[in-house]
Amino acid sequence: MCLGIPGKIVETFQRDQLPMAKVEFGGIIKDICLAYTPEAQPGQYVLVHVGFAINQIDEAEAEEVFRYIEEIEAMGAPGGPEASEAAERGGGGETG
Amino acid sequence: MKYLDEYRNADAARSLVRAIAARVTRPWNIMEVCGGQTHAIVRFALDEILPDEIRLIHGPGCPVCVTPLETIDRAIALAARPEVILCSFGDMLRVPGSGKDLFTVKSEGGDVRVVYSPIDAVTLARKHPDRQVVFFAIGFETTAPANAMAAVQAARLGLENFSMLVAHVLVPPAIRAVLDVPDCRVQGFLAAGHVCTVMGAAEYRPLAERYRVPIVITGFEPLDILRGVLMCVEQLESGRHEVANAYPRAVRPEGNPAAQRQVAEVFEPTGRKWRGIGEIPASGWRLGPAYARFDAERRFDLGHITAEEPDACRAGDVLQGRLRPCECPSFGVECTPEQPLGALMVSAEGACAAYYRYRRK
Ligand code: SF4
Repeated sequence: MCLGIPGKIVETFQRDQLPMAKVEFGGIIKDICLAYTPEAQPGQYVLVHVGFAINQIDEAEAEEVFRYIEEIEAMGAPGGPEASEAAERGGGGETG
Repeated sequence: MKYLDEYRNADAARSLVRAIAARVTRPWNIMEVCGGQTHAIVRFALDEILPDEIRLIHGPGCPVCVTPLETIDRAIALAARPEVILCSFGDMLRVPGSGKDLFTVKSEGGDVRVVYSPIDAVTLARKHPDRQVVFFAIGFETTAPANAMAAVQAARLGLENFSMLVAHVLVPPAIRAVLDVPDCRVQGFLAAGHVCTVMGAAEYRPLAERYRVPIVITGFEPLDILRGVLMCVEQLESGRHEVANAYPRAVRPEGNPAAQRQVAEVFEPTGRKWRGIGEIPASGWRLGPAYARFDAERRFDLGHITAEEPDACRAGDVLQGRLRPCECPSFGVECTPEQPLGALMVSAEGACAAYYRYRRK
């Protein structure tokens, strides 16, 4: 229900006094309301929920998790071989 | 798709799991609040690749699941009226009311339409001036700005045949309700990312402070969830309880102020009953004075509707993390997506539906 899908703004327009945009999601284009992201420009990515852009994707912050992973990988497997083993084990969680 | 696929990378996920395993020294119970996160966790078997010490508890964050039976019954009563077109998000159609569901009303000739966006309901009202269009406005804070805009547009266009059956619910009071249960085992939270996209982080600080629990704002893809778990574990292991953001590409600390302003203009706080949980004070929104004329419950006399939940459904326990879906005696037996006893088995974000679809045990 709170699903939000990132899409790329192709062009902006007005409809019934609302700022709108054609937004592309992996090849599919939909009309999306930009009332809550009035600054968003063509080429930028917005997070879309029930036909509304609820925010712009922060492109710099989008890399944060990958930078973090690079850092920890560069430091070597944290916690040494034991930890990696625990991670590889898989299926260990309580699954009822 | 950009900003989606790369967050499902298996090698990167393994790195994060290793980092979590390296930090964890003892068992921790972490609740993911949002049903969308529950689905990703079960679908990608994230709970199975995490170290045994981490137990993920599924939370109440599915608006379809917590909409009370009486409200579903009201929607059904509205949909059965000949002058009404009832518009709803698709998820609601199969949710059982006390007698039937909206899908059945539709098959019996009721005019029930699935809309993608609340604005589509406004458009329908414009197209059918001779009919009464009622939009079933459910959702958490994520959906409220869109639903608020439907009321604003209806007012701008001077529509007299549009109204809303509002059942909005809010996340922070639900977190409080979970924590206030005396035997609560939850030690940390993954907060619902898209709710925070709209509302920001501020509401969660007093909760983290008062209950001494870390609250980590978390997204919905595997890497987002594992990053959230890692940040939560780091706090738990070092005895901290702060609000942190593991989803910064979508969540700014202040949220989306334009959306918040619109919501505040249209809605006002109200107590709400949560299906399976009960009444939670100030846990929802209803139309405020400026838009009350669009309230379907005022426009139509629906009489007094009370409803009893079926005893066999343990939704309340599942929603509060006391029971795993597969531990419900009805799971997969009397209760399946084709013959659901509760909303959790039909909603796209219901925990029971996730277990049934991806795990079946
Ligand atoms: S499995 Fe069915 S009956 Fe059991 S809690 Fe879930 S929805 Fe209710």
